[in-house]
Amino acid sequence: MAVVGRAVLVVALLTTLFGITAALYGARHGRRDWVDAGRRSVYALAVILTVAFALLEVAFIDNDFAFNTVANDSSLTTPLFYRAAAMWGSQEGSLLLWVWLLSLWSSLAVFLTRNRLREVVPYAVSVLLGFGAFFTSLLVFFATPFGTTTPAPTNGVGLDPLLRNPSMMIHPPMLYSGYTFFTIPFAFAVGALITRRVDAEWIQVARRFALASWLFLGVGILLGARWAYSEIGWGGYWGWDAVENAALMPWLISTAFLHSIMIQEKRGMLKIWNASLVLAASTLAILGTFLVRSGILSSIHAFGASTLGIPFVVLIAVMVIGSIYLVVSRRDVLRSEHRLDSLFSREAAFMLNNVLLVGLTFVIFWGTFFPLISEVATGTQSVVGTPWFDRYTVPLALMLVLLSGIGPVIPWRRATLAKARRNFALPLVAAAAMLIASFTVLPISSSVPTVALFCCVAFVFASVGQEFWRGWRARRATSGDSPPRALISMVRRNRRRYGGYIVHVGLAVLFVGVAASSTFSRTQFVNLQKGQSTVVGGYKMTNVRPTAAIVTDPTSTGALLTLGVIMRVTHDGRYVTTLHPVAQYYDDETGGEGPVGSLIGGDSVSTLSLHSSFRRDISAAIDAPDIQSELQGEINHANTLVLDERSEGAVAQTKLSYYLLAAIAGGYVRHPPAAPLKLASSPLVMWLWLGALVVFAGGLIAIWPTAGVSGRVRARYLARVAHELGRA
Amino acid sequence: MNPGRKRQVRLVVSLTLAVLLAGGLIYTSFSAADEALTPTQLLARAKTDLSYQLTGTVVKGSVRRLPGGVLDFSLADRAGGGRAVPVIYTGAVPDPFRVGRELIVTVSKRGRDFVAAPGSMITKCPSKYSPAPSTKST
Repeated sequence: MAVVGRAVLVVALLTTLFGITAALYGARHGRRDWVDAGRRSVYALAVILTVAFALLEVAFIDNDFAFNTVANDSSLTTPLFYRAAAMWGSQEGSLLLWVWLLSLWSSLAVFLTRNRLREVVPYAVSVLLGFGAFFTSLLVFFATPFGTTTPAPTNGVGLDPLLRNPSMMIHPPMLYSGYTFFTIPFAFAVGALITRRVDAEWIQVARRFALASWLFLGVGILLGARWAYSEIGWGGYWGWDAVENAALMPWLISTAFLHSIMIQEKRGMLKIWNASLVLAASTLAILGTFLVRSGILSSIHAFGASTLGIPFVVLIAVMVIGSIYLVVSRRDVLRSEHRLDSLFSREAAFMLNNVLLVGLTFVIFWGTFFPLISEVATGTQSVVGTPWFDRYTVPLALMLVLLSGIGPVIPWRRATLAKARRNFALPLVAAAAMLIASFTVLPISSSVPTVALFCCVAFVFASVGQEFWRGWRARRATSGDSPPRALISMVRRNRRRYGGYIVHVGLAVLFVGVAASSTFSRTQFVNLQKGQSTVVGGYKMTNVRPTAAIVTDPTSTGALLTLGVIMRVTHDGRYVTTLHPVAQYYDDETGGEGPVGSLIGGDSVSTLSLHSSFRRDISAAIDAPDIQSELQGEINHANTLVLDERSEGAVAQTKLSYYLLAAIAGGYVRHPPAAPLKLASSPLVMWLWLGALVVFAGGLIAIWPTAGVSGRVRARYLARVAHELGRA
Repeated sequence: MNPGRKRQVRLVVSLTLAVLLAGGLIYTSFSAADEALTPTQLLARAKTDLSYQLTGTVVKGSVRRLPGGVLDFSLADRAGGGRAVPVIYTGAVPDPFRVGRELIVTVSKRGRDFVAAPGSMITKCPSKYSPAPSTKST
């Protein structure tokens, strides 16, 4: 099957090359049939890569260890669910996932624009297939997922236990979908710039897909944060790690784009800026893929140094130089139609938001690449840590939250004093009330940034709430609907606007969680004997008893030994919850530590045991006891016992190994050493996840297509096109 | 002031502001950064009170768990050879922490010892990621 797989990839590469040629030829010579052939190549690529993806997926599920990728990232003891996800645990498999998603989303984009943008589409198709060609040739020439070894090993190394988390199934595909979606606005921007058709129509396509990539990337980032939060030692939900930053940068730039594009739609301004933002966001998305895949910067995600650095650098250089050339050479058609009327206008608020978002991205970019920058500048590599990032990102984030409350209520063009008073009175009162509450009711006055953030959040709630209230009241008056129906029809008639407002509220809620949990968390590292207890943030946590389980693994990740402690949590003498942090031990397939030792000789993973509530998270994690050295004597003894029974045959030996492992585990429970625990009490963490859900609900509302709405939107665009034609 | 001149002034002011901010950012990044060193380099040039980002592999037989969640271990150059750096660490220990694994930790010199910033430990890729045969030494 490996030969078939390799052949399929070669066919995929040829398809992309044919499609690029056909689309460009069709565009140059005005041949619709050739352009159509180019478009069909995108669909064909999707079909071919689906076959390649399925081939590799089947190899993983069937434990076909002749495939190098399967042998390196899966094993007989890896459960089915994780075998299915193990594909993107490897470099080659994740590149295949990337290009497969690219082909699927490109097909969607090409399908949705099949009757539109006739001049732009051929170039967009070529660019999309160009990305396809790049990544398929990586798979063909540099990192083939279909490499084989003969004779096939009898067992694989196994999926890294750290990756055996349900998030593994969904986080990488979401993140990669976000990254690949960014190629679509990029492709259409390039097409529009080449053909000088920088009118309203391509902007609509670019905006839709930019919103989709924003949504997917956002979900991917949040899932990653949630995953990091649940694993001990990944430093909580955010650590300014290079790979986290790589995903955040294009997300921030696309956030800027989604705002500034409205100025272009309404006022015909900022065209150069918008084109640059689209191009920059996509380039940063490719840069993100590069950082994840190349291991050029030290990161917890560093997947080993690889040979992919040079091709990626070339691709990024082509994207940057090409983008700059296109924008500069097309600047005549990108001139603004209007000028800024007043600094007290929505345009100005959006521009400030753009400046802040781009500034934030620059800060993150600088910090992320500082090891390389400092090496060039001073000769030694240096790194900047979380305090440096926080110094800049905290004030920028505060200003952005405040702006997300100002933007919805400030009028376009010019705000008059009377209007300002009418729109800002309530939000200002809310912020003032929160300020008073911060120093009286809420226990947050010790942290100035937190107080500032809470006031900004109150401002946002009030301003968005006021907008909803006014729109709702007007809708009830004009339509005569019942109140709930009026609310629904109001949102349905203007999904983008109200979806956007919901996103603002969600982000405000999310930042409440971030501020409170990062400022007021209490963490303790203690060794607790059975029966001992300690107090963390007012919560008394007691080590009740140790636990041990063999083979049966509560989370079905394939761990052969699970050690843990039962922790009882009380607050002021009242029972709160029982936590059960565990450390799971995995087998070492190389068998280097004897028959019994190898059952637990692989990696170990500790998972957080969490009690979440609206007000706070109480968590406990046990730092995996190093049983290899602590129980060295017992394990050695067991190893000799098993090896002495050689005459009984392999089955009996295996059975005996497990019995002895059970005996060792039992001994551990009877005479447990002090449990090394990480105990934490973090306020309002749940707000972070709830806020994220609200953000994505708002994003979905904004992106959801409906016949009536898209008809009206199209009418508005046609009006603008007519307007532009009139000026031309 | 006429509108054209007003715009010019605005542009100059905002550009100056942007340059000043970027300058501040760049300056602080150099002054707040920690040098990234290997154990041998660290022993050669560590100064008291400065912090460094140390990258090395955990030396076999050097790991001791002390009461209060303190971890005592030594790091040596990945290439082997050279002297090992003793490190005192508190805080979350990433799961892949093991003898023979490569890890990154922020340390500062206190007397003859190196004390790690609590929770600063990052383990680099577990050996399973690399296509080469497993190199575990436990």
